[in-house]
Amino acid sequence: MSSTDAVPTPAAAQKAGLQGRSPSWLLNMLPGALSVVAGIVIWQLMSLRVAPLFLPSPYDTALALIELSADGTLQMSVAASAYRILFGWAAGVVIGIPLGIFMGMLPVVRRVFDPYIEFFRFIPPIAFVTLSVIWLGPGEISKIALIFYTTVFIVTLNTIAGAKATLEMRLQAASALGANRWQILITIVVPSTVPYMVTGARIAMGNSFLTIVSAEIVAAQEGLGALIWNARNFGRTDWVFAGIIVLGLLGLCFDRILRYGTTKFLHRYQIRH
Amino acid sequence: MAKGVGITLSDVAITFDSHCVVDGANLDIAEGEFICLLGPSGCGKSTLLNVIAGFVPATGAIKAGGKPVKGPGVDRGIVFQSSEALFPWLSVRENVEYGPRVRGVPAAKRKASALEYLAMVGLSHAADKFPAQLSGGMRQRAQIARVLANEPSVILMDEPFGALDAQTREILQREVARIWRATGTTIVFVTHDISEAVILADRVVTMTAGPQAKIKNIVSVDIAHPRDLSSPRAIELQNILREDISAEVGRTLKAQGLISENAA
Repeated sequence: MSSTDAVPTPAAAQKAGLQGRSPSWLLNMLPGALSVVAGIVIWQLMSLRVAPLFLPSPYDTALALIELSADGTLQMSVAASAYRILFGWAAGVVIGIPLGIFMGMLPVVRRVFDPYIEFFRFIPPIAFVTLSVIWLGPGEISKIALIFYTTVFIVTLNTIAGAKATLEMRLQAASALGANRWQILITIVVPSTVPYMVTGARIAMGNSFLTIVSAEIVAAQEGLGALIWNARNFGRTDWVFAGIIVLGLLGLCFDRILRYGTTKFLHRYQIRH
Repeated sequence: MAKGVGITLSDVAITFDSHCVVDGANLDIAEGEFICLLGPSGCGKSTLLNVIAGFVPATGAIKAGGKPVKGPGVDRGIVFQSSEALFPWLSVRENVEYGPRVRGVPAAKRKASALEYLAMVGLSHAADKFPAQLSGGMRQRAQIARVLANEPSVILMDEPFGALDAQTREILQREVARIWRATGTTIVFVTHDISEAVILADRVVTMTAGPQAKIKNIVSVDIAHPRDLSSPRAIELQNILREDISAEVGRTLKAQGLISENAA
């Protein structure tokens, strides 16, 4: 039989792919790298034509980054924002996944929570900044709660979609093999839904960055949002640029770590990026 | 391996949204018998199999081993046409261990039995691979091993080789015949392939075209194994079955207005 229905082993295929890829790896990176360089050049050329207050040059921005990190302001801002995002996001993921699974599987639970989900999904987190500070105080909790709010809906909605998309045939196969309802939930529905959970968590991470800036502008002394906003008081658009660039790089970093982690540890659940 | 049990269908009717799919099916399947349900697509043969599996409710009496069928049960294993029925996040061995695992069989014991059944279907070398890494034929072997590991007394097969190429299909037909003899289980095998039915079955059950499908004819295949499709008796049986089926296909096409009355 092995002669008629064997396929090349994936290990061998992967090896061949890697060997074939090593010279073209640089070539694949090249368009992106050139595009970044071109962007910086265009930015530089444009900044030559206007006042630095209107558009600071890449060089001015680099100086601002050095200046801000010399006294630790930048590091503290990054740490404050990263801390709030990580905790709020993680809490949202941890609550959103089981909620989504139960809502996807049990129509009663879905009907109970549905009115709230359908209503609040249209209310952006920014609308709650003021309330969050009044109710939870000006400390970390109010910001973390806003990130949690941002995350939990996206993760829940994605998980519901995933749980409902579990193949009927797999549920039948499991029950014919002797699994009870609870076992089917844990051993079939949850693993089938993992790719949807990961998608939800990634989108939520992106949205958490949107929320953190607005929250920190309104209600924080430190953080990247506060840094960008406070720069206005000193007329330092170069600080604004520095804050924006670090914010983008931080988001990129978080997303890459998330992608790497899910690819490495959740490989068997067939996650496609 | 549990010995095969008999299956009795009396006056089984299946209704979906007030459409009667199968109406008044009566069938007695003996212990350890190999039955093929043969018919054109849409005749309700897969639905009937799903009723025996306990996935689809029906009126009338369905008994397996003398006990009424009330839902899915480990006594009746099912091999699906689509290999999507395998759990892609589990390795082949973990798939085969799934039934024993949810039934609480200790890890060492279920691993040993999984390896034994993987050997029986010729998949020992692929135990640690994932379904996505296997060919279509190998995935169907894995599905069969997964069902065997639960030691069912009835194996239900829903066009299990329908999506495979002719050569692989032929090899797997021989494997199924061998496994059936080795285990003594009752097999109900749905197919639309006449030669497949003649190669495998003790009896071939044909169905009328749906809706309100009934059992049309039951043909005993009185040929010793291994069977040769070109033997005179095999050709004769295939012709009988072909006539049964084409009469039903003709009726369906007429009902759909695709051919005129006198053409069939």
